[in-house]
Amino acid sequence: MNATQIVFWFLSALALVSALMVLLSKNPVHSVLWLITVFFAISGHYILLNAQFLAIVNLIVYAGAIMVLFLFVIMLMNLNKQTEPQKNAWLKMAGAISGGCLLMILISLVKQANEITTKTARMKDGDIGLIGNLGKALFHDYVVPFEISSVLFLSAMVGAVVIGKKD
Amino acid sequence: MPIQYYIILSLALFCIGIVGVLTRRNAIIIFMCIELMLNAVNLLLVAFSKMHYAAAAVANKAATEGTEGQLFVFFIMVVAAAEVSVGLAIIVMMYRNIHSVDVSFLNRLKN
Amino acid sequence: MNTLAYLVPLFPLLGFLVNGLGRKSLSKSATGVIGSGVILASFVVSLLLFFDVKSHGATIATAFDFINGGSFKIPFAFQIDQLSSLFLLIITGIGFLIHLYSTAYMHEEESHHFARYFAYLNLFVFSMLLLVMGANYVIMFIGWEGVGLCSYLLIGYWFKNANYNYAAKKAFVMNRIGDLGFLLAVFWLLSKLGTVTYGDVFANYSKLSSADMTGITILLFVGAMGKSAQIPLYTWLPDAMAGPTPVSALIHAATMVTAGIYMIARSNVLYSHSEVAQNLVAIIGLATALFSATIAIKQNDIKKVLAYSTVSQLGYMFLGLGVGAYTGAVFHVMTHAFFKALLFLGAGSVIHAMHHEQDIRKMGGLKKKLPITHITFLMGCIAISGIPPFSGFFSKDEILAAAFAHNPVYWGLGVAGAAMTAFYMFRLYATTFLGTFRGTHEQEHHLHESPSAMTIPLIILAILSVIGGFVGIPELFVHDGHLLKSFLSPVITEQEHHIEHSTEYVLMGISVAVAAIAILFAISKYSKNPELGEPAGLGKILADKWYIDELYDAVIVKPLDALATFFKNIIEKSGIDGIVNGVGKLVTYSSRQLRLLQNGQVGGYILFMVLAMIVVVLIWVNDGYLYKMFTSLF
Repeated sequence: MNATQIVFWFLSALALVSALMVLLSKNPVHSVLWLITVFFAISGHYILLNAQFLAIVNLIVYAGAIMVLFLFVIMLMNLNKQTEPQKNAWLKMAGAISGGCLLMILISLVKQANEITTKTARMKDGDIGLIGNLGKALFHDYVVPFEISSVLFLSAMVGAVVIGKKD
Repeated sequence: MPIQYYIILSLALFCIGIVGVLTRRNAIIIFMCIELMLNAVNLLLVAFSKMHYAAAAVANKAATEGTEGQLFVFFIMVVAAAEVSVGLAIIVMMYRNIHSVDVSFLNRLKN
Repeated sequence: MNTLAYLVPLFPLLGFLVNGLGRKSLSKSATGVIGSGVILASFVVSLLLFFDVKSHGATIATAFDFINGGSFKIPFAFQIDQLSSLFLLIITGIGFLIHLYSTAYMHEEESHHFARYFAYLNLFVFSMLLLVMGANYVIMFIGWEGVGLCSYLLIGYWFKNANYNYAAKKAFVMNRIGDLGFLLAVFWLLSKLGTVTYGDVFANYSKLSSADMTGITILLFVGAMGKSAQIPLYTWLPDAMAGPTPVSALIHAATMVTAGIYMIARSNVLYSHSEVAQNLVAIIGLATALFSATIAIKQNDIKKVLAYSTVSQLGYMFLGLGVGAYTGAVFHVMTHAFFKALLFLGAGSVIHAMHHEQDIRKMGGLKKKLPITHITFLMGCIAISGIPPFSGFFSKDEILAAAFAHNPVYWGLGVAGAAMTAFYMFRLYATTFLGTFRGTHEQEHHLHESPSAMTIPLIILAILSVIGGFVGIPELFVHDGHLLKSFLSPVITEQEHHIEHSTEYVLMGISVAVAAIAILFAISKYSKNPELGEPAGLGKILADKWYIDELYDAVIVKPLDALATFFKNIIEKSGIDGIVNGVGKLVTYSSRQLRLLQNGQVGGYILFMVLAMIVVVLIWVNDGYLYKMFTSLF
């Protein structure tokens, strides 16, 4: 087992445990913090896959901006362990069992798929994840979607303002 | 790394997100679980991108296969950011009206 | 001449359309002129066709492919040959006279009902023409159904009377039973030979096994039984007298009921090769002839007597067909059409004069008041009784001679029937026209001879009844005197029979003598002392028609009715209704339960979404059982 593998397993375990903790935490603030941990673990995976641009963007956009926004909203509403609404145990059980079933079935699908058994993901090297390559592709082939996404942002901004406005 | 590992990891994260959506009543937590599912998909896309690169790189070290996968992730992040801004605005609006973030109060779909 | 053939049925169809669609606006005289004129036009064209056939032989006019499916083809074609052209003349000729008669007889009707009457009558003639002109069994069947429909419409012409409607329904249902036989025969032919065109069928009859041949011919005969009122399907015809009298004359005496004779004569090639069917036809015909003659003896309704007489005469025709005397049967159709139309129209004239009184016990002594009707009616009676040289003698004698050659017992029973015919006809004549008047004073005051539009057809038909037999003088008297036989020889293969000339003279003498004695007996018995009281003993059984209607009612109608009631009350109400209501209740109940799923909780919806994903994946998993099951559906 080399270093890459050790890192991979560590990050995977971290991501899964943190994701579970997101669910299991009673306090919403803790959930947000655990989710940030998940994002860090995923960013670690990106770095492991040499997708450095995405790793950084993930940290900035998700862990930085979005999660801070979440935290901000939670604190604004003063949500805590006491105010947290709970589903009854049966519904929780049903949700967990059906989610578990879905996972089992999807995994069994992956196990059955013969054409990917020999495929591997290239770790550590490869230039495609670097910002130069991605920028070239983005501004050559995907320039129109890129510009359209700015329109999307504008409309999301306007929408957020309109919705959040006090009547 | 074999691609199955990444697929299974992504599936596990995705299913944890689904279970979260199913078991929690707090709208913000549900929203966070949706973000978690989006990230699971992002991780899988990056893994697939590198898988395609790996196949092409055997012949040509400077191959650019897989670039599209990572660009997709980028666009997903863009859309997710926009979604979060609107979604949180809606949740704030909801809290302002019913003084709660409990989705079980929102059963207007019944009628 | 091909194009002329289309004109024959086209004229009555036009008349039907004009009279039927314009019944609210056309005046009575216009309706009468159109209704009768189109038939006259048809008659003229038929005459042309007849002489064309006589000199040039048969033609087939094909209009278009009626049914063109796979290996078989049914063209819409008319066959104008010796047999059909003869029938064309009978139908259009007598049809025209009856239309003419109707203009006077029906004159009291309201104008749109009057037009309806003529429309139906024209439609009837159209269907009948289709029946005889068709070049295959399918076209014949179209006409066959058409005449059945018109018969129904005309029997129920006075639809405000519930009994008349009942009679119309009875006729329709009885005919339907026979039609089923016909239809099955056509299907059988089609499946065995792949064609229903006469020419092809008769050329290929040897390809049919003898069982097929027997089956087909018997089924065809079942059709003929219904249409031509033979045992056991005869009871509708006497009830059909509910219609106006000219209708009875045209449809239920002269033309439609002879359709069965026409069909069997047309199919003579098949019948000649099936001894079983032939014997069946002969026995049924003979039985009907005798049976209905006995009933006719005790009937007191002038039209009922004639109706049973018609059934009896039709029986004679079937006897003729059964013993192979096809020409004789067709000959008898022709002469019977003359004298039975005459008798019915004469009866109509009497009924007209008596203001719709039909009971002969309330008549009597009409001889002086209705001289023309009396003379013509008498001629009809003599003709039907078979006294030479009137037409009935020649045709009936030909059938009886053939019956003798086949089996002397047939001849003996036939002569007995002929004696009964003479007896009841002259009972009718004597009770109606001789003796003293027994009606009310008011009726006596209004007694009058009918207008000329009614008497002229009577006179023409009387002349035809007298001389009509001379187209078929037997070999016995004049060598090659049977013009009809030589005319029909291309389409009818006669089964030859040989009787010594001396024997034939004796037979003829016996039948004439028996008929003459019956006539004298009837006149002497009924002219002075007609039976006015209720009959008793055997007479009552005869007057009540052997209780056949009651028998049918008890054996067929009542059990069917009970079965239908059972189905209606038990099967329909608790079975079918139960299933239908049960499905409705199940859906209501299950949707009431399913409605609980729609609780408005987003989480619940997502849960179902996830479950659905699981199911979809399960179905589509490679090599999975569900996947195979699913794909095997497509």
